[in-house]
Amino acid sequence: MTESRRYRPKLAVWKFSSCDGCQLSLLSCEDDLLAINDAVEIAYFLEATRARSDGPYDLSLVEGSITTPEEERRIRDVRDQSRFLVTIGACATAGGIQALRNFGDSEEYKRAVYAHPEYIETLQRSTPISHAVPVDFELRGCPVNKHQILELINATLNGRKSNIPTHSECMECKRRGTVCVMVARGMPCLGPVTQAGCGGLCPATHRGCYGCFGPCVDPNTAALANQFAGLGLSPRQVRHAFHGFNAWAEPFRTEGDAHD
Amino acid sequence: MSAQVVSRDGFAALLERLIADGYRVVGPTVADAAVIYDDITGLQDLPMGWTDEQEAGRYRLRRNDSPALFAFTVGPNGAKHRLFPARQPVWRAVRDGSGFTVDEPTEDDKRMAFVGVRSCDLAAMHIQDRVFDGRAFSGEHSGDRGYVARRENALIITVTCGTASGTCFCASMETGPRPFGGYDLNLTEILDGGRHDFVIEVGSERGAALLASIQSREANAKDLAAIADIAAKTTAAMGRRVEIRGLKEILADNPDLLHWKVIAGRCLGCGNCTMVCPTCFCSTIEDTTDLDGDHAERWRLWDSCFNPDHSYIHGGAIRRETHARYRQWLTHKFSTWHDQFGVSGCVGCGRCITWCPVGIDITEEIRAIRAIVQENADD
Repeated sequence: MTESRRYRPKLAVWKFSSCDGCQLSLLSCEDDLLAINDAVEIAYFLEATRARSDGPYDLSLVEGSITTPEEERRIRDVRDQSRFLVTIGACATAGGIQALRNFGDSEEYKRAVYAHPEYIETLQRSTPISHAVPVDFELRGCPVNKHQILELINATLNGRKSNIPTHSECMECKRRGTVCVMVARGMPCLGPVTQAGCGGLCPATHRGCYGCFGPCVDPNTAALANQFAGLGLSPRQVRHAFHGFNAWAEPFRTEGDAHD
Repeated sequence: MSAQVVSRDGFAALLERLIADGYRVVGPTVADAAVIYDDITGLQDLPMGWTDEQEAGRYRLRRNDSPALFAFTVGPNGAKHRLFPARQPVWRAVRDGSGFTVDEPTEDDKRMAFVGVRSCDLAAMHIQDRVFDGRAFSGEHSGDRGYVARRENALIITVTCGTASGTCFCASMETGPRPFGGYDLNLTEILDGGRHDFVIEVGSERGAALLASIQSREANAKDLAAIADIAAKTTAAMGRRVEIRGLKEILADNPDLLHWKVIAGRCLGCGNCTMVCPTCFCSTIEDTTDLDGDHAERWRLWDSCFNPDHSYIHGGAIRRETHARYRQWLTHKFSTWHDQFGVSGCVGCGRCITWCPVGIDITEEIRAIRAIVQENADD
């Protein structure tokens, strides 16, 4: 710690509709977590500790999507108490895998799944945090990359722009020397339309990209879908490829909808 | 300079010699369903029994029955990733009282020997030399010290291409398939009946000294003729070509063609073409700090003109649409590169065609642009 930083900014981590995987990514920072704890006061992070202190908070990390009327109210409260609000992960940023229900009838799903659907109070759609309140930054991924979370906290504390690229996943594959699975193995891969950030995990293990980090800047999904068809995918398979963890992100939603 | 003939065993001895001399040997080997250039430890790592098929957007590794060691064409990488690494530390700084101390990272000083470099990649190396050594800008070696050191220490053993892929067009770019100079040694693999030899042309004193350390005999007229024969057959088998006559002007004079937008309809803007291109040299700078701000690092990473952020300046990106970025890339390669560096930026390796996930073919696009411009002129 340098002497100049006497004030430890308050960090809060919030959960909405989600699997907790992004919060776990933060916990996976392990040794770095100690450094984070030195640099900020972890004021609210129920996944890590029951201890909590009241707001306002300097930086709120929000996991999960908005799926209930209660969450709609609660996110406004979080926003009111937060100087910077950053969403973490595909749920908070795009509605998550649970946004697949947006393509069908939620009432019907509710009746099919629950013995007493009358107890379930839910919204028709699963939507990103940005649909409910203004968001300062969105961190992508299902889950988020722990290095990107660290980088974001770090940049915020040091008053600099974070190094979070918006370009395609292909850049990461090529920088690490992964041979393209689509060209060399004929596997469909969402990498060319997906934002970098995971480090190129799937192609490095000989699988196509699942699009966990959502659409990159200027994604040409139509051209990629056309190539998928050329590789032998049926329209239904093309739709399923785009309607995954980031199905409700506009470019993926529209492209998937165009194939049936 | 002279040429010698060595047997397959002699060539194996040559590789052993390089390792014994302390070189880090980089050569072709099979990994990840492709022939890639990586560290090799001897003849056994070379892709014997393998070849490849390449078309636009498609690469397939294939088995063959040949004992040939170089029966393949260029794969996804060459020498660029070693001479110009994709991620490089530029400097590190540590807070020091009220100031800070800057450290330059130390280079891995092991000399590299590149084995089996193709003619197109050799030409690309000479093009990147002009970019990185600073002569193009200041007339002296004022450029990238790391690159210049790696390059000057590197031993280059090229190979005459004995086969061409569907996406090769080096013959029309006048860079291959036979290297003419700029190497330390050039191999030509001769398989004839039971014979498996290498005719080795000497291109430098360093190459001559290396060759003198292994058993060889002087090449005769027949051996030398074989090099020309192999190169001629490879040229004839080349899958593609680019007509370069007048191309510099055609591209410079036609930035507003509708065809740029037609290409952008297919272009993913993913940047793969630039990453696999052996002459593309763009990079970005990333500054990082640790949490308490006591350590800072500056890194250089490969970047691409297909990333909108690459042209980001105050107020936004200059090339905001894919057609503008594609036009920038193609025009730079075949037109403005001449203005900037006095050579073409394309060597005809065909990688951008093979490794484009949707198979956009620059030779086709250039042909289409030429035809449209011609048609407009005739009207």
